[in-house]
Amino acid sequence: MYDIAIIGAGVTGAAIARELSKYDFRIIVLDRENDISCGTSKANSAIIHAGYDAEENTLMAKLNVEGNAMFDRLCEELDVPFRRNGSLVVAFDDEQLVHIKKLMQRGINNGVPALSILSQEELLKREPALNPEAKGALLAESAGIIDPMLLTISMMESAVKNGVHYRLNFDIESIKNKGGVYILESGGDEIEAKYVINAAGVFADKVHNMAAKPSFKIKPRRGQYFLLDKIDGNIVNSVVFPCPTKMGKGTLVTPTVHTNLLIGPSSDDLDDPEDLSTTDELLEKARIGAKLLVPKLTTRNSIRTFAGMRAEPDAGDFIIREAEGAPGFFDAAGIKSPGLTAAPAVALYMVEIMKKSGIAFTAKKNFNPLVKRKLFIDMSESAQSALIRGNPLYGRIICRCENITEGDIVDSIRRSPGATTVDGVKRRCRAGMGRCQGGFCGPRVQEIISRELNKPLEEVVLEKKHSYILTGKTK
Amino acid sequence: MDYDAVVIGGGPAGLGAAIEAKKNGLSRVLIIERDVEPGGILQQCIHNGFGLHIFKEELTGPEYAQRYIDMAKEDNIDIMLDTIVTSISKDRKIKAMNSSGIVSISAGAIVLAMGCRERTRGAIAIPGDRPAGIFTAGTAQRYINIEGYMVGKKVIILGSGDIGMIMARRIVLEGGEVIAVIARSSFAKGLTRNVVQCLDHYNIPLLLNHNIIEIKGKERVESVVIAETDAKKEVIKGTEKEYECDTVLLSVGLIPENELSRLAGIEIDRKTGGPVVNESMETSVPGIFACGNVVHVHDLVDFVTEESMRAGANAARFVKGEIKTESEYMYTSVSGGLTYCVPHRLRYSAMLEKLDLFLRVDKVYPDSWIVIRDSEKELARFRHKNLTPGEMIKQTVKKSVFENAAGNIEIKLETEGLV
Repeated sequence: MYDIAIIGAGVTGAAIARELSKYDFRIIVLDRENDISCGTSKANSAIIHAGYDAEENTLMAKLNVEGNAMFDRLCEELDVPFRRNGSLVVAFDDEQLVHIKKLMQRGINNGVPALSILSQEELLKREPALNPEAKGALLAESAGIIDPMLLTISMMESAVKNGVHYRLNFDIESIKNKGGVYILESGGDEIEAKYVINAAGVFADKVHNMAAKPSFKIKPRRGQYFLLDKIDGNIVNSVVFPCPTKMGKGTLVTPTVHTNLLIGPSSDDLDDPEDLSTTDELLEKARIGAKLLVPKLTTRNSIRTFAGMRAEPDAGDFIIREAEGAPGFFDAAGIKSPGLTAAPAVALYMVEIMKKSGIAFTAKKNFNPLVKRKLFIDMSESAQSALIRGNPLYGRIICRCENITEGDIVDSIRRSPGATTVDGVKRRCRAGMGRCQGGFCGPRVQEIISRELNKPLEEVVLEKKHSYILTGKTK
Repeated sequence: MDYDAVVIGGGPAGLGAAIEAKKNGLSRVLIIERDVEPGGILQQCIHNGFGLHIFKEELTGPEYAQRYIDMAKEDNIDIMLDTIVTSISKDRKIKAMNSSGIVSISAGAIVLAMGCRERTRGAIAIPGDRPAGIFTAGTAQRYINIEGYMVGKKVIILGSGDIGMIMARRIVLEGGEVIAVIARSSFAKGLTRNVVQCLDHYNIPLLLNHNIIEIKGKERVESVVIAETDAKKEVIKGTEKEYECDTVLLSVGLIPENELSRLAGIEIDRKTGGPVVNESMETSVPGIFACGNVVHVHDLVDFVTEESMRAGANAARFVKGEIKTESEYMYTSVSGGLTYCVPHRLRYSAMLEKLDLFLRVDKVYPDSWIVIRDSEKELARFRHKNLTPGEMIKQTVKKSVFENAAGNIEIKLETEGLV
């Protein structure tokens, strides 16, 4: 039996797992997918928000600002690429100029540092490619960009290093409470835990309702994106937003931490939380929105389009509390944007709530906060040469677009939680993330996984459990 | 390490260039190849039809490659395999790495022969789900011909490029079903002989003026929605049809691989996606030459070889100081249905007796003239029948045509007065 079961290995579940691994608990993280970081955490804007968007006195505002401040240390401990490149909310008319001042005031009230209003001249000096009709912008210097998948994976790896267990392909069908112990059931398999933390993202209401009476609804809200080639990666320097609307923060244009350019998201409400299809109409909307900010932008160098799902809570704010009528069952639900930013603060807040609920916390003496993960390409030449001498696999580049070596790929498979799928390798070391999208390296990554995990090539899948790539041998 | 000439890429372009550089008097020539064997993409092209122009016989891809690999061996050309070039500089310093470590090489001349890569789904933004079972045609070809694995049972192919059509036939030969080859254009993009030999002979439908408008399937491809398109390539409402299938192959264009060229600050032509080159196949950086699909995408390997031999010979002339550079550049431009011309600029003094201009057209022209003019007068004209976008035009022109040319060179397609 476990002390704590965390449902969902996305950024929220991973952050909570890592935070709780500092204490003396037996913990398991469960996820319905074939790998960790497979839901909203793998398809979002990859922004660490400053914290001026959320209304004052909300949980969202508090945890956004607190979370933002934690990222320098967190990313250093976990070797996750992160850069505070600042964000801009651009105003195109007088009404919007008034609005960005309001946003600035809200930011100040929320405790956001380093906010200022840029004049048209200052704005265009900072971002020369911006639409010259822009009148000014709100600059938030504390905003930044990150690799959200690596963040999630590194937090999980840190948790696992500190004793947390995990189980994949565990899609919970029922939750029972027997004498104060929760029994989580999936396909006839059961896991018992004294406490349950629900970090199930777009499925959080469904999971909540298995253990407690319904008290909130999660509305899936889809966002579609273009990812552009690195050729276009420096069109803008900052995260550039238009003025926000009711549907969200609007279509943004931002460099990614891996120097690509990201355009999106669109926004539409769906019933099916798993419908991650892209549509011509909404991609076109995102493209037009982006062009409004940066007129010379085209999607000619698009290397991928994708969609992610926001877990929109019906009450508007994050839901982080012990479920009513279900003692020991804690929700971390409705974690929509700025959920990525808030994640480490959500984890701290969860600890507080659990303590308040009477759970005894004993700190471990030997918690190790560090995860080292550096790719060959990001090292100095002398370090690279030394690495090849020690392991010749580092001298073989497999992914030619991102310059990822066989050594990097093998490492991403041997870590824990390690990659077992082609996309799992991509998330961990970027092989296949580049302009040819795995055209060259896909088959070779598949071979390496097959060799390392000692399973037939046909059994290596792209992503989900049944996403087979090959259908058998040739004649 | 020092070499007279270093060729980056050991496919047909690289092999041709290296052999010719050696023949023209360079003693130390090196090919750097990223795969474990030379020959490039030809090694997976096991169908025949290669070498008709050069050898007057039909060879398979590996056979064609082997002839040049043998020649390179006889000529004692060094080949570094399983080695990737990570950077080149304007002063012709090369950095490369393999499992023995990182090496720096100085070259008298560099020839770029990195070839091209396939456009992907992301590049054309096909909407829908993102399941397994979507491959570029070349990736599928590698799986089937090199690794020995099938990629699917019921296949739809988007794009009527040569690889797409060749793969349609290949899948049928392996016992798979090809529902159709879908072309977004009103004509097949590949060679006519491939339409006949790969599709017609196997009763595979070619749906012109169609597009895939949605891919469905949460884990593996389950179906695709296809629709007719109008002259503007917009979908005609009401023509949507859903087809069950487990695989989508994409043959939607090739992109010259010029990441290294960009690192060296070489000027790239937006139209071809390859370096701007002169009559000697030299890029905007002196002493760095380029040839084959890295410059512009060819449809026949024979033309790649010819172009590469010229680049190799000129790299040797450069190292020996034999390229006469006194004439000023004349820039070539195209009009009237021609989409590009390689080379992009010409120096009369540096030309050899004959010059090959490579051109493409935007649509089918049953009968036309290719007219070459300078800023004042017509210099030459050539009659051409049945020009199609799928077949590159090689127009050989005598050097003497340009003898008294004034200003820049315009190459125009004329159909006036012709049927």
